[in-house]
Amino acid sequence: MQFFGGSEISPSPPVPTASGNNAYMLYIFNRNGVCLLYREWNRPLKTLNSQQDHKLMFGLLFSLKSLTAKMDPTCVDKGNLGVPQLPGQGCSFHSFRTNTYKLSLMESPSGIKIILVTHPRTGDLRESLKYIYNLYVEYVVKNPLYSPGAPIRCELFDTSVDQYVRGLG
Amino acid sequence: MAPVAPRSGDAIFASVERVNSELFTLTYGAMVRQLLTDLEEVEEVNKQLDQMGYNIGIRLVDEFLAKSNVSRCVDFKETAEVIAKVGFKMFLGVTASVTNWDAEGTTCSIILEDNPLVDFVELPDTCQGLYYCNILSGVIRGALEMVSMKTEVTWLRDMLRGDDAFELQVKLLKQVHEEYPYKDDE
Repeated sequence: MQFFGGSEISPSPPVPTASGNNAYMLYIFNRNGVCLLYREWNRPLKTLNSQQDHKLMFGLLFSLKSLTAKMDPTCVDKGNLGVPQLPGQGCSFHSFRTNTYKLSLMESPSGIKIILVTHPRTGDLRESLKYIYNLYVEYVVKNPLYSPGAPIRCELFDTSVDQYVRGLG
Repeated sequence: MAPVAPRSGDAIFASVERVNSELFTLTYGAMVRQLLTDLEEVEEVNKQLDQMGYNIGIRLVDEFLAKSNVSRCVDFKETAEVIAKVGFKMFLGVTASVTNWDAEGTTCSIILEDNPLVDFVELPDTCQGLYYCNILSGVIRGALEMVSMKTEVTWLRDMLRGDDAFELQVKLLKQVHEEYPYKDDE
C-alpha cells in the first residue's frame, strides 16, 4: 500500500486467510468516549439509535476492562472495583466471543480504542487491529485538516479501512 | 499469538521515510524568524513555540505508539528512558540520555548532545531570552498528556546561550486517571 511519500505501513498487513465478508462492525473511540468512527458491513438487527449504541459499547468496554483487571489472579495490587485506571495498565482483555459474534479490542496507551466485531470463528485479530491503528496514524493523525477529538471525516481513511477489513479472513 | 516486541529506535529510524536535515533545520529557522517578526516579544515567541509543540505532540504520540510497539510504561523512569532512547532517535535521529533523577523519581533531565534544529544557528543580541528549541518542550508535554501524564518541561541548559549541551528538565506533576466520560443521567 503506497502513501504520500511511498513509505510502507509497518507492520505490513497480515495475509487474509479467506475471502468474503467476515466483519460486521467497526468502532473507533478516543479516551473521552467520543466515537471517532463507526462502520458497519453486516448488521441485520439494530435496536438502539446510534448515540445510545456508542455509549453502550464504550460503557461495556470500560466496565469489562475494570472487571478483568480486578479479577486478575496474577496481579498483586488490586484497586477497588470502579477505581479508574490508566489506559493499558493492568491486564487488558482483547476479545470476547459469543455464539453469534466475536468482539476484538485494541487499546493504545493514548486511549484510542479500536473495536472490530466479526464472525465468531475469526482467529486472533490483534495484528489486524494494529494495522488499522497504523492506518489511523497515517490517514487521520497526520492529516492537518483533522482536529483531534472530532469524528473522523477522511474519505481516504474510510476507503482504506473498508478495503482492508473486507479482505480479512 | 504473542504480542510483538517493541522495536528499537534505530530500527524504526531506518524504516521511516526521512527528509533532508538541512531542509528541516532551515524550515524551522524560517518559522522562528517569522514568529519573531510577527510577535516581536521574545516571551510571546517562546509561548507560541511551546503551543505549536503541544499541538504536534498530541498527534505525534499516536505515530510513536504505532511504530514502536511499546506497551504502557510501568513508571515514569521507564517513560523517560523510552522518550530519550526511542522517541528522539525515531523522530530526530539523535540519541538522548536521561540523568539527574530526584529522590521521588518524578523529575529528570534529558540531555541532547546533538540537536538538528540548531545547526548553523546563532542567537543575536536582540533575542537573548529566546528558547529557540522550545517546540521540543511542547512536543514532550503534549505527548505525555495524551498518555495521562501531566508534566512540566523546561530548559536547564541551552547551547545557543553558551552552555555545553541541551538539557531539558521533565517534571511529572500528576497521573490523570480515566474517568467514565458519560454522565449517568440517561
